[in-house]
Amino acid sequence: MSKNSEYLIERENKQYEVIIGLEVHAQVTSESKLFSQSSTKFGAEPNTQVSLVDAAFPGMLPVINEFCIEQAIKTGIGLKAKINKKSVFDRKNYFYADLPQGYQISQYKYPIVGEGKVILDMPNGQKEIGIERLHLEQDAGKSIHDIDPNNTLVDLNRSGVALMEIVSKPDLRSPDEVNVYIKKLRSIMRYLGTCDGNMQEGSLRADVNVSVRLKGETEFGTRCEIKNVNSIKFMQMAIISEANRQIDLLEEGKEIDQETRLFDTKRNETRSMRSKEDAHDYRYFPDPDLLPLEISQELIEKIKSDIPELPDEKKKRFIDKFNLSPYEATILVSDIETSNFFEEVIKNSDVKLATNWITGELFAVLNEKNLEISQSPVSAKNLSKLINLIKDGTISGKIAKTVFEQMIDGDQDPLIIVKEKSLKQESDPKAIEELINKVIENNSDKVAEYKSGKDKLFGFFVGQAMKESKGKGNPQLINKILKEKLNG
Amino acid sequence: MSDITSQSLFELTSNIKEKKLSSEEITKAFINRAEKSKKLNVYVTDNFEKAIDQSKKFDSNPNLDFKLPGIPIAVKDLFCTNGVRTTAGSKILNNFVPTYESTVTQNLWSQGAILLGKLNCDEFAMGSSNETSFFGNVQNPVGENLVPGGSSGGSSAAVAANLTPVTIGTDTGGSIRQPASFTGTVGLKPTYGSCSRYGIVAFASSLDQAGPMTKNVRDCSMLLEVISSFDQKDSTSIDYKRNCYSKELSKDIKGKKIGIPKEYRVDNMPDEIEQLWKNGISYAKDCGAEIIDISLPHTNYALPTYYIVAPAEASSNLARYDGVKYGFRSPGQNLIEMYEKTRSEGFGDEVKRRIMIGTYVLSSGYYDAYYLKAQKVRQLIKKDFDDAFSKVDAILTPSTPSSAFKIGEKTNDPVSMYLNDIFTVPINLAGLPGISIPAGKDKNNYPLGLQVIGKPFDEQNILNISYALEDRINFKNDISDWWLSE
Repeated sequence: MSKNSEYLIERENKQYEVIIGLEVHAQVTSESKLFSQSSTKFGAEPNTQVSLVDAAFPGMLPVINEFCIEQAIKTGIGLKAKINKKSVFDRKNYFYADLPQGYQISQYKYPIVGEGKVILDMPNGQKEIGIERLHLEQDAGKSIHDIDPNNTLVDLNRSGVALMEIVSKPDLRSPDEVNVYIKKLRSIMRYLGTCDGNMQEGSLRADVNVSVRLKGETEFGTRCEIKNVNSIKFMQMAIISEANRQIDLLEEGKEIDQETRLFDTKRNETRSMRSKEDAHDYRYFPDPDLLPLEISQELIEKIKSDIPELPDEKKKRFIDKFNLSPYEATILVSDIETSNFFEEVIKNSDVKLATNWITGELFAVLNEKNLEISQSPVSAKNLSKLINLIKDGTISGKIAKTVFEQMIDGDQDPLIIVKEKSLKQESDPKAIEELINKVIENNSDKVAEYKSGKDKLFGFFVGQAMKESKGKGNPQLINKILKEKLNG
Repeated sequence: MSDITSQSLFELTSNIKEKKLSSEEITKAFINRAEKSKKLNVYVTDNFEKAIDQSKKFDSNPNLDFKLPGIPIAVKDLFCTNGVRTTAGSKILNNFVPTYESTVTQNLWSQGAILLGKLNCDEFAMGSSNETSFFGNVQNPVGENLVPGGSSGGSSAAVAANLTPVTIGTDTGGSIRQPASFTGTVGLKPTYGSCSRYGIVAFASSLDQAGPMTKNVRDCSMLLEVISSFDQKDSTSIDYKRNCYSKELSKDIKGKKIGIPKEYRVDNMPDEIEQLWKNGISYAKDCGAEIIDISLPHTNYALPTYYIVAPAEASSNLARYDGVKYGFRSPGQNLIEMYEKTRSEGFGDEVKRRIMIGTYVLSSGYYDAYYLKAQKVRQLIKKDFDDAFSKVDAILTPSTPSSAFKIGEKTNDPVSMYLNDIFTVPINLAGLPGISIPAGKDKNNYPLGLQVIGKPFDEQNILNISYALEDRINFKNDISDWWLSE
C-alpha cells in the first residue's frame, strides 16, 4: 500500500496507527444444530426448536453433527488454511440463564482449522490478512429482558446452533480494511454455502480487538476487545471511537487497561464491560462426552473436490478470459449471485456491454429499490437480449435505456417492447438519406454558414436529423451521410 | 419351589417360561416383601401400582422369547425413567420426572422386564456408604446399622434383601463392586463404552458405567447380555460384537493365567482381607488356573488421580442444576442470588465438596498441576494394565480393603471414606471390566468380595473365572430378615 493511503490518526504532530484483529462468529449453514437434531430455522416461536440435549436435561449427551464438521472443513479450505486432522471439543464453563449446560462446548487448544489467509482488494492493491484459526462452538440461547418487567425470559431456539469462530491475525489497519475483510469473508462463505452471512439475523457478528501505537513503532500496544458487534458500520464506528479513546489516554500520559468493552451504538462510544482482573476463568477442559475429532485425508480430499470456484480464482478468470479490468472483476465476483448473473448474461451476449450494463444500469436499479441481485427485476435472459439488440444495431444505446426502464416493470421481453413501441433503429441508408435531404432543405441558411467555415454547426444537423427520425436513426449512419452531403 | 423372592433371575425366568409362576405372582411377592422392608430404606420412589398393571398385561399375552419375561426389576435412581421421578438421590432433582428413558433401562423393558421402583443411592453417586443421599441412609441387610456400600447402596441392599431379583447400578470408582462386596452379592462394572450412558444422570463422564448387580454370576451374565448395547446417542459408546454371555458361560478356566498384583497389598490391610485373597488364589489354582505375580507400578497414584479427574468432570456436569430449567429452585432477588441459594440448598455436603475440588483443579494456574497431570498419570495406570495383560488373562484382587462399616463411622472423615475405593478406582481409570463376587466373611460374619479384572471387552472371561470361583467358594449369605415388619 502506498504511504498516502495509510489510515493514521493525528495528534499534534504525532501519527497513530490502529491495529485491529477480528474474531468473527459465523453461523454454520445447517438444517440441524451442532450436537442435536433440532432445527436451526430463524424466527420460529420461542422455545419450539429445543431438544432435551439443547436444554441440558439430566443424562443427555451431545452427538456431533457431521455436516457441521464438513462445513467447517470447507470453510477452512476456502481460507487456504490447514485442516487439523485431530481436534478436540472442550467445555468452557460459566453460569448464565441462557446457557443450559452451564458450559459451552467449544474448541480451545486444538481447533479444527489452523492458519490461513484472506486476500483483500484495496483501492491501492491487494493486502493479505492472516487467519489465526477457525474453531467450532455452540451458540447460547437468548435472554430477553424487555418483555416482562420483573423477569428475564429465555429462548433456547438458538441454544446449540453451530458457530464457526474465525480469528484473524492483528493484520487489519483501518475501518476500510475491516469493511473489505468482512465482506470478503462473507463472500467466501456464501460461495461455499457454509454461512449465509446474514447480519440482520445474527448469522455473522464479531468481537473487535483494537490497539494503537505511534507510527513506526514495532511493538503492539495494549488491546481492548469490543464484544459482539453485529454490523460492519458499527464495527467501523466502534474502531474509530475506541482508537481515539485509547489515543486520548496515551496523550494524557495514562495507561490503557486490557479489558473487554461494549459498543454503545446510540452514544457512539465504547464502555468497559469487565477488566482483565475480572475476566472469567472458564476452566476449559476436554469434553469427556465427546471423543477427539479425527478427520481422514479422504474426507478432506472429498470436500476439496466439491469446492466451487472461489472469488479470487473467479476474478482471475474474468480478467484473463473476458479481459475485464481488475476493478470490474472485483465488483462482479464480490457476490456469488452477481457473478452467476453475469455469467448467465454473457452466455449469449457481449461481455463488455454486459459488464457495463450490470455494473451500471442494473446496480443502480437494485440500489434504488434496495434489492439483492437474486431479486433483480430484470432477468439475465432478458438483459442478454437487450444487449444483443444494442450490439446488432437494432437499437441505440440511448433507446436501450428507455427499453430497460420498461423492462424493470415485470421483467418484460425487450424484443416485444421494441416491436410494440416501434423503437427499432432506422439503419436503411436510403431512408436516412431522405430525411437528411429534408433537414438540408429546411435549413439552407445554416448550410451556407457551415460551408463558410462554421464547423460547429455539424452537431446541429445531427440533432435535427435525429429529431426527424424520432430518435430512431442510426447515429453512425446519420453522421456518415451528413458528412458526405455537407462536405461533398 | 423355594420362596419366590429368594429365587435367582435364572430360576424366575425358568419358572415363568415353564408357566409355573406368573409375572403377577412374582411382582406381588416382591412388592409384599418391600412393604415389610421399609426399615431398609431402599426405595426412593416405588412404581408398585403400575408394576402390577404391567405384570397382568404381560400375563395376558406372555412373550416367552424375552430374556426378562415379566420380571420385575428395581433400578438405581440415577437412571432416567420416563414418567417416573428420577432424583439421583438429591434434593435438587427431588421433583424431577423425566419424559425420556435411559438406554440401559429401555433395554430391560424391551426384553420384558417391569419397573418396580427407583432405588436409593448416594447423591449424584458420590459416596461409598449411601449416606450422602437426600433420602436418608440405607440399612445393609447383612447387619443392623451397617452401611450397604455406595454409591449403589439401595441396589446392593435390595438384591441382598430379596427385594428385587436383580438390579442395575452405576460404577464410577467402585459404586457397583464395593456395595456388592459389602452385601455378599455380585456386581460387574463393564468395559467403558459397553453400556450406554444416555439417560443416566452424569457424575464423571469418562468413568461412569452402568452394570448388573445380582445374587450370582449366572444372573449377572444374563443381565449384562440385556443391558450392554451400542448406542449412537452416546458418542463414547463402542460398536463391537457382544457375546451371548449367559450362553457362553463356562466354569472351565483351566490354563487361564491369573495375575496377582503386588501393589494391591496395601499398608494396614486387615489380615482377613489378606487371608481372603490367599484363599482366592488357591481356589483359582484348584480350578486349574495358573497364578502369575505381576506389577502395576502406578497403583498408588490411582486414588489421588481419581479424586482429581472425577470431581473435575462432576463440577462441570453438575453446572446444569441451576434452578433455571427444572428441578429445585430457591428464589432470589437476582440471577446470581437464585443460583447461590438453589445450589447451596439443593446439593448436600459431599457433592459441594467435590464441586469445589473439581472447580479448583480446573482453575487457571492449577489446571496443569492437577488436572493435566492427573490425565497423564491416568495414561500410565492404563499402560500398567496393558503391560500386565500381555502376560495374564485376568487379574485377581480383593474388592475392598474392609468389610461393611457402621453407619456414621466414616461420615466425618472423607479421606478414610475415599480409601474404600482403593482397589476399584484403577479399573475405572483404565476403562476395564471388573467384577466383585462374594468370597468369604470377616470375623463378624460380614461378607467380603474378590475382584476379577479383565481386558477391555473381555467380560466373558471374567464372568467365566467368577463362575468357576463361585462354585469353588460356595459362599452362603446368611441374612436373618431382621428388618421385616408385619
